[in-house]
Amino acid sequence: MNKWSKSEKGLLFAVTLAAAVYVCGLDTKAMHIMEGYLPAGYCIAWGAVCLPFLAAGYLRIRKLVKEQKKALILLAMSGAFIFVISSLKIPSVTGSCSHMTGTGLGAILFGPSTVSILGIIVLVFQAVLLAHGGLTTLGANTFSMAIAGPLFSFGIYKLGVRFGWNRKAVIFAAAFLGDLLTYCVTSIQLALAYPSETGGVAASAVKFLGVFAPTQLPLAVLEGILTVLIVIGMESFAAPELRAIGFFRKEKTDGRA
Amino acid sequence: MAEHKKSNKGLVCVLILASILLVVVPFLALRGAEFGGSDDAGSQMVNEVTGTEYEPWFTPVLENLIGGEIPGEIESLIFCVQTGIGVGILAFCFGYLVARKKYSRGQEE
Repeated sequence: MNKWSKSEKGLLFAVTLAAAVYVCGLDTKAMHIMEGYLPAGYCIAWGAVCLPFLAAGYLRIRKLVKEQKKALILLAMSGAFIFVISSLKIPSVTGSCSHMTGTGLGAILFGPSTVSILGIIVLVFQAVLLAHGGLTTLGANTFSMAIAGPLFSFGIYKLGVRFGWNRKAVIFAAAFLGDLLTYCVTSIQLALAYPSETGGVAASAVKFLGVFAPTQLPLAVLEGILTVLIVIGMESFAAPELRAIGFFRKEKTDGRA
Repeated sequence: MAEHKKSNKGLVCVLILASILLVVVPFLALRGAEFGGSDDAGSQMVNEVTGTEYEPWFTPVLENLIGGEIPGEIESLIFCVQTGIGVGILAFCFGYLVARKKYSRGQEE
């Protein structure tokens, strides 16, 4: 799956190195984080962390375009899914609104690096046109929504498939937990930048989590449900494409789903 | 195969119902709640944690351009555009896939 060509490997390495140098040069301490709400150092640091993932994602997509044209329709649908899902502000039990990430689907189908590209497109759209999130906080938001969350979803999904658990349950869990993790990471990012005076980073993280988590919990359930629904739809109508990207491969051994 | 499809149908109905309930119930149960964005709640929390009013050091590009906050109606318009783009692509793809399956039945699989 991860067979890069030599020049691709070189690019990946260079970008990673550049990112590492960037991060080391900084004085490291650190839903969408609001525009202008992260000190400049953190903005650059988080952006640097994202770079290797974005580069890997770019290469994956380029490869996909070259070798598996058939699967592009699934990629388009995963991207569109993120567009739709992250534009819907949903009322939640706490009396405030939040929105889902929608990145679980792409992570399950294509892996986390590809999703980082899809995710950043959405984030740029929202940051420029909607003043939602922001350009300065783009790096941090990309990391939480388009990298950490999908990475986690992907991990859960692979784990579930390996153990042969019910596929739909696994997909639900992957999308659900990925969504929640996105907001946990956001809380930690905010906490790193704004440690509480009395309790430091940890206390501050708990406080931010207190804001995001109760709101996000029902939405994460909703995201899980929607992701399962769209996968059911894809399974019924896009079986050849799913086979092309290796989605069905593991299912045969399981023989059930 | 047929049976497998049937069980999917039931599941799909239950899931759709559940997702509608998830959205509608909080909305109805919490009458009079403000339903502000949790991003804003986040900025309030920043103020609380740091103890001072935090001054964002960068304003959104578009807000700079028009010299103020984006009007609510326009904001919802842009959100709708985003949803529209997404739904459009999804609907087109599913339409294509469904029709392909319908008209190629018997040839494949």
